[in-house]
Amino acid sequence: MSQTDAPDTDTAATPIRVLIAKPGLDGHDRGAKVLARGLRDEGFEVIYTGLRQTPEMIVDAAEQEDVDVIGMSILSGAHMALLPRVVELARERGLDDVLISAGGIIPDADVAKLKAAGLGEVFGPGTSIGQIARYFREHARRRT
Amino acid sequence: MSEPFAELASGARRPLARLLTRIENGDASLRPELPALFAAGRGAHLVGMTGPPGSGKSTLVSALIGEWRRRGRRVGVLAVDPSSPYTRGAILGDRIRMMEHAADRDVFMRSMAARGELGGLAATTWIAAAALDAAGYDPVLVETVGAGQSEIEIARLAETTVVVEVPEMGDEVQAIKAGLLEVADVIAVNKGDRPGADRAARQLRAMLSTAGGRLERQPPPILVTTATTGEGVAALADAVEGHRATARTPGLARERAANQVRRAIADLAAGRAAEDREWAAILQKVADRELDPISAAELLLDRPGR
Repeated sequence: MSQTDAPDTDTAATPIRVLIAKPGLDGHDRGAKVLARGLRDEGFEVIYTGLRQTPEMIVDAAEQEDVDVIGMSILSGAHMALLPRVVELARERGLDDVLISAGGIIPDADVAKLKAAGLGEVFGPGTSIGQIARYFREHARRRT
Repeated sequence: MSEPFAELASGARRPLARLLTRIENGDASLRPELPALFAAGRGAHLVGMTGPPGSGKSTLVSALIGEWRRRGRRVGVLAVDPSSPYTRGAILGDRIRMMEHAADRDVFMRSMAARGELGGLAATTWIAAAALDAAGYDPVLVETVGAGQSEIEIARLAETTVVVEVPEMGDEVQAIKAGLLEVADVIAVNKGDRPGADRAARQLRAMLSTAGGRLERQPPPILVTTATTGEGVAALADAVEGHRATARTPGLARERAANQVRRAIADLAAGRAAEDREWAAILQKVADRELDPISAAELLLDRPGR
């Protein structure tokens, strides 16, 4: 009977599935966790995969979970090595309709390069969860 | 209609992932394909894993996957986590403990959000398990938090239900309370490196050997495991395997079928009632105490043309 307080708007669109991952070796996942929690509160289904992920692990998880969005948090400075590789692998696997975004400490000069490599938005410090949620809602592929 | 399911048998992961999404979303176009999906099944052992939050279920599942991979099995995992009843959002975190298997092509793991009862979580989960079966994964593990009745119910629909406990589960009285332990076919006392694990296992053994309600069945095997080191995991895999034949005896298979069909009836009836034109009006009457819930249910179920 615990579900009686569920909204009776169950015919609403199915939740957007987002994979939140930490590529590379930096051990700071507070931001990723805050975002995961915030996106949950915004109605997303968030698959959180934890620290120290290789691009292969991220794409493997995204493939099995059939997510609409991959969001990566990276603070280590290795973004130019890791993030384009995720895009490349995702394309190889046919996940070309998945929105791939990143956030963290990424210099402006690199943001343009990352976007050219196929990433969607790259979010810097100070971005609100609401902004990210809105961007995902507007740009994630929607399937029925 | 069996063509998409032939694709599953090839081991391709993308079609399986897509099919699971359709199942999860309750895609109505899938309904006519269900008989073919179930017919494409290869008889995988369906194993439910449940237990209180923090008992180490996901870590134990990961250790079991490792053990089964050493035995040459392809393993399918469905990890169910609750959805927020308010925002419908969810955090699905079970993969964190299973990432060591992420790149293994013979392990398929999918996180599922409960998405509330109306969608028929139990039914959805078992159709998803059938998809993994058709794709050649065996065993197929379904992991749920043993925190609510619906989660326990999912575990009960499995052929073999493993209940994961921890040494600090409480005293003897906790062990004889009704609930989770009663549905166990195998019990794992996890975190076996903590003090009191063997004592907890002994107490459980003593209690369950005399507990009422399931005297017709053998008391479940109780194993001490330490998922983080792998201690006891091979014995747990053996116990699960050992229950496979028992689970398929005619009596138990029929009992499970009854649970599954009852569950499907409840899901279908609830789903159809919710589509009824009068649904909102009848709910309002119940809310206003003009109508009792049982009469409301009868009203909704008995209405012929909706």
